[in-house]
Amino acid sequence: MAEITLAEAITQALAYEMQADKNVVVFGEDVATNGGVFRTTLGLLQKFGPDRVLDTPLAEGMIGGMAIGMASQGLKPVAEFQFEGFMYPAFDQIVSHASRMRTRTRGRLTCPVVYRAPWGGGIHAPEHHSESNEAYFAHIPGIRVVIPSSPARAYGLLLAAIRDPDPVVFLEPKRIYRMVKQNVPDTGEALPLDQCFVLREGSDITLVTWGAYTVESLQAAEQLAQEGIQTEVIDLATISPIDSATILESVEKTGRLMIVHEAPKNCGVGAEIAALVAEHALTSLVAPIQRVTGFDTMMPYYKLENFYMPSVARIMATAKQLMEYA
Amino acid sequence: MKTIAEFSIQFHQYLNEEGQIVQALPAFANDHAHLIRLYTSMQRTRLLDAKAVIMQRTGKMGTYPSSLGQEAVATGLGDAMKPEDVFCPYYRDQGAMLERGVTLTEILSYWGGDERGADFQVPREDFPVSVPIATQCLHACGVAYAFKYRKQPRVAVTSLGEGGTSEGAFYEAINLAGMWNLPVVFVINNNQWAISVPRNIQTHAQTIAQKAIAGGIEGVQVDGNDVIAVREIVGRAVEKARSGNGPTVVEAVTYRLSDHTTADDAKRYWNEEVVKTAFAKEPLIRLRRYLTEQGAWNDEKEKQLIDQLSQELDQAIKDYANKASQPAENIMDFTFKELPEALLHQREILLGENHG
Ligand SMILES: Cc1ncc(C[n+]2csc(CCOP(=O)(O)OP(=O)(O)O)c2C)c(N)n1
Repeated sequence: MAEITLAEAITQALAYEMQADKNVVVFGEDVATNGGVFRTTLGLLQKFGPDRVLDTPLAEGMIGGMAIGMASQGLKPVAEFQFEGFMYPAFDQIVSHASRMRTRTRGRLTCPVVYRAPWGGGIHAPEHHSESNEAYFAHIPGIRVVIPSSPARAYGLLLAAIRDPDPVVFLEPKRIYRMVKQNVPDTGEALPLDQCFVLREGSDITLVTWGAYTVESLQAAEQLAQEGIQTEVIDLATISPIDSATILESVEKTGRLMIVHEAPKNCGVGAEIAALVAEHALTSLVAPIQRVTGFDTMMPYYKLENFYMPSVARIMATAKQLMEYA
Repeated sequence: MKTIAEFSIQFHQYLNEEGQIVQALPAFANDHAHLIRLYTSMQRTRLLDAKAVIMQRTGKMGTYPSSLGQEAVATGLGDAMKPEDVFCPYYRDQGAMLERGVTLTEILSYWGGDERGADFQVPREDFPVSVPIATQCLHACGVAYAFKYRKQPRVAVTSLGEGGTSEGAFYEAINLAGMWNLPVVFVINNNQWAISVPRNIQTHAQTIAQKAIAGGIEGVQVDGNDVIAVREIVGRAVEKARSGNGPTVVEAVTYRLSDHTTADDAKRYWNEEVVKTAFAKEPLIRLRRYLTEQGAWNDEKEKQLIDQLSQELDQAIKDYANKASQPAENIMDFTFKELPEALLHQREILLGENHG
């Protein structure tokens, strides 16, 4: 069986679920004829026709809001925003309606929408095409935020997101859309939401990360292992709500926690994880919790982008600092 | 039943695709020197675009949006503005920005991923390129309100693609502009495409110009490949706004003869035949033909112009390439006027990582 990229795994999941459930409809800017600017919807128009794969007019507020109406009628809209930085016109719809339809109607109307968007930096793109904005959505009660970090997890988590009875913001790390290939059997098997994935076991440090930063985190863990430091790398995967059990269990074992994310530090999701551990496992800690994140600045234009992105070196240096505490 | 409102949309053209005059020229166009200036500007834009696309292919430039085929829209609107007016451009406005006094080097720097390319040395009050589509329409309204509030005879001009007119921000802007009678002009570069989405599935409206009607303002359509028409009609709209007679939407009908940007591959969705036909209507050929027939242009002048513009561009590219890179701390130092205490610590980390 051919190995596929993360981008292709997205397409495979969409095609599987469209085949299985005729209520699934896919729409957004350039998703039909062009197959999406990252080609994640490639071939769906040909397979499922123009009533289920729609090029919309250029308006994100419309995309976000229309999806809610469709969902109330039992359709399963998978709405694509072309880039994470262009989701904001839909923010009103997501925060004011998608998130609270179930609550407002005491379950009479619900909102099983998936809002997809390519997400994150590191591809030398123009302004607004490199944002790490997961915390904005994670702060909204009633919204799940999911970020896959491999082809297999992209496939399994997207299937789960589409089948989920509530709205999911599904952010796709564009830097690793085509970085690795994996064998991803098209079995239609979903992966669980609201659960972390332990990517590497270790006894010294718990490192929580997500999306493309699983790559640098695993690289750092590998190098640290050569120096005798065993890092447990956890892929958060569902950014909200957080699977605290897996994290707490790990921290109770290691006594040291670091969080690595690309988004700015201030009120980033790392802060939530740190607070959870402080609340529930403070006495297990032997060292202060550390966050390795983007700086509290705008994402720079691409010439200075690398200064912004947390480096493997910074992850390693922070890990070594943690090991100074016994 | 009775009809209570009726509207019509006028289409303006002076120079047809054969380079023939189809109606009496506006005064400025009787001045060959002015037309040659417009021609020069369009050529400058075309050469810049061609070079930037090549530079992107060889890794010397970021993603770049060529304006091939649409030079008359940008040049015409830029020329219609006065220096004291304010422009709120979108990303395909390099031709207009050059008219405004933004330099080739600044434009190259911006698309080369350097924020200093948005720190224009000449049009200090013009906005930087807006990438989030249609958002700039509302900025132009705000600028126009400030002019009106201070009773300054100045005009805000903004532009966007026809795809952008599907955004809420566009409709909000024309509604406000109409309601408050703002001195603002919206120029629509209707190049028939929004990436892969053609004009006919973007809106069911017969023209883009008629969207103005909903805001209670005037909407007109011009041949966007006729720089005389663009200059004249945008010019009229700008002067109308300046004299307190309100906003206008000008739809310039043209064709995108390149990929959407260097990140796009239009062959995936283009009809080559249609593009070929569109190429025959592009704006430079027809003006060159007209000027040649008028005895105001010839091959020798064309060659001289290309040489001169190429030298200018080569120099700009050198200046762009030789520009010292920004220090790492620049990613932080413009976040606030004064760096807050909380960021000072991060600045130390940044400097520690990058200077030693
Ligand atoms: C709010 C927003 N949504 C999506 C995009 C991505 N995008 C960039 S250009 C483009 C198409 C724009 O088409 P149009 O407005 O017709 O202008 P053109 O690029 O053809 O000049 C899209 C969808 C964006 N930049 N901003």
